[in-house]
Amino acid sequence: MAHIQLKNISKTFGNHTALTGLDLDIADGEFFVLLGETGAGKTTTLRLIAGLEKPSEGQVFIDGVDVADWGAAERDVALVLQQYSLYPRYTVRENLEFPLKPKIRRLPDAEIKDRVDRAARTLRIEHLLDRKTDRLSGGEMQRVSIGRAIVRKPRVFLMDEPLSALDAKLREALRTELKNLQMQLGATFLFVTHDQIEAMSMGDKVGVLNHGRIVQTGTPHEIYNNPRDTYVASFVGSPPMNLIDGKLVNGRAVMAPLNFELPFSGGAKAGGATDGRPLVFGIRPEDVYLESGAPVEARVHDVENHGVEKILTLRVGDTTLRATVPARTDVAIEQAVRFAWNPDKVVLFDKGSGVSLRHAS
Amino acid sequence: MITPLNTSSRAASRGLSDISIRNLFIIPTIVFLIVFNIFPLIYSLGYSFTDFRASTNAPANFVGLKNYRELLSDPYIWNNFAVTAKYVIVSVLGQVVVGFGTAMLLNRTIPLKGLITTLLLLPMMLSMAVVGLFWKLLYDPSWGVINYVLDLGKFQWLGDPKMALYAVAFTDIWMWSPFVMLLSLAGLSAVPKHLYEAAAIDRAGPFYTFFRITLPLVAPILMIAVIFRTMEAFKTFDLAYVLSTQPSTEVISIRLYKMAFQEWQTGRSCALAYIVLIMVLAITNIYVKYLNKVKER
Repeated sequence: MAHIQLKNISKTFGNHTALTGLDLDIADGEFFVLLGETGAGKTTTLRLIAGLEKPSEGQVFIDGVDVADWGAAERDVALVLQQYSLYPRYTVRENLEFPLKPKIRRLPDAEIKDRVDRAARTLRIEHLLDRKTDRLSGGEMQRVSIGRAIVRKPRVFLMDEPLSALDAKLREALRTELKNLQMQLGATFLFVTHDQIEAMSMGDKVGVLNHGRIVQTGTPHEIYNNPRDTYVASFVGSPPMNLIDGKLVNGRAVMAPLNFELPFSGGAKAGGATDGRPLVFGIRPEDVYLESGAPVEARVHDVENHGVEKILTLRVGDTTLRATVPARTDVAIEQAVRFAWNPDKVVLFDKGSGVSLRHAS
Repeated sequence: MITPLNTSSRAASRGLSDISIRNLFIIPTIVFLIVFNIFPLIYSLGYSFTDFRASTNAPANFVGLKNYRELLSDPYIWNNFAVTAKYVIVSVLGQVVVGFGTAMLLNRTIPLKGLITTLLLLPMMLSMAVVGLFWKLLYDPSWGVINYVLDLGKFQWLGDPKMALYAVAFTDIWMWSPFVMLLSLAGLSAVPKHLYEAAAIDRAGPFYTFFRITLPLVAPILMIAVIFRTMEAFKTFDLAYVLSTQPSTEVISIRLYKMAFQEWQTGRSCALAYIVLIMVLAITNIYVKYLNKVKER
């Protein structure tokens, strides 16, 4: 178990900058999810902690010790990769035994067997132990690869998109399993993903990475409800937050190019929002609702039926916004509807910098 | 106006169907194979049961299995086989160790890697007879470069009956290690890098990683190199013939050559050639079986 700290980390490959001034603090026993798009620098961060890459600048601390000179073996981390990295030609059991067998720290045979069996039981792969790894399905391979990580009792688990190569059903199942496993082991997990649903559902804490910088760190709840800037707002959530240009006039939100108004009551939270300042109004689709007497008229542009709910794309002028409505709501495409928003849930962003006014103040 | 391309009708218009085109390509090869390989193979099998001598006009008499019986009970022939076996083991083992070692050294990012690899491949591209003549000069006891550099006085490399076979094998190692290196390099670079990273994370040391990951993954291609080199070493002739006249370096091909073209025992030498052929086939089969087992693992 360990506490991981990254201080002012920068990493460049040739003239490509992967990470700039990255600070990260992962508490002992925490499930930390690093969320970002492809190429944001997530994997690089992981490899820096694992000791597979050296930072161009900055320091990595494990339990308060600067590990700059430590190799991957000394750092005692476990790494689960998207491509599984199982050792070919070996059986599942041999793969699980691999990290326990190097001569220097070889464990007694009974202990090895015990640990392998326990890991296999936890991951429900006992029936596969004598099978060759090339005869496994994707989900089984990923379980083995996780198993190889847990037999060792490492100080920290690093997982690089371990679920992205799996099909949806399996991904969902393993998501729950991984989270349970983490709670059971009480271990520190750093989980890297580009899938915001994984981040939201698994993380104790989420760090959003964009272009090699941490944009926001917080609990999933904070990230979702109080995004630091428009990037986080549009990246997290499915469908993403609606972002509409406008300004405040006499306590009402006036959408500038579109000419519609909505009531705004978040004055206390609005920070430095003054009348006339160019803003971006952010509203989650579930806080947009349809009502016959609502102030704004729109046309239904598209309907996506998700079973428990419908996601409507509403068209006002030539802009669209999303609204999540109960599945029983009866709407047809091109139907005229009236909508309003929940004024308490509106997040204001500065038009120029994209930073939320709540975070700026 | 655009006319659709119809290749089959074009070919047909020239009077050539797909089958006749295929035959056009295949028949010359088949004819060549039959005339120069299959026919002599079968014809010599016939001779191996006779006392035919190509140097006389006497007709060939059928003698049954006499040639085979005599050859297989001849201690001198068995000595030739023993010499050959020793030569094969020393030279193939040496080539694998040197070739694989060089490949390990080259399997990383080093400056001028391409140039170094190409230069290392040069020995393999030379003619066997030329290599033999050059090494004969290098090994020369009085004015050879090797004795001069190693300050060995008048050490007999090829004159000493015990040393000569090793000297010939050493030349073979020098010449053919690059071949093993080339195949090993292909095998090594095909080992996925993430496996090494996973092993590093799993706290495996360099030896453990080498024996548990590198070697098992390179083994099949290394086996192919060993098969090729064993076959070649088993029928080695030119290098040993040019370098040394010692009885201790008389490998089976040299014996065969002498029997056929110096003693003119044509029938008998055909029988010996067949014995060698069967042995090479047997060894290769064992290797191939083992190769398949390695691949399956």
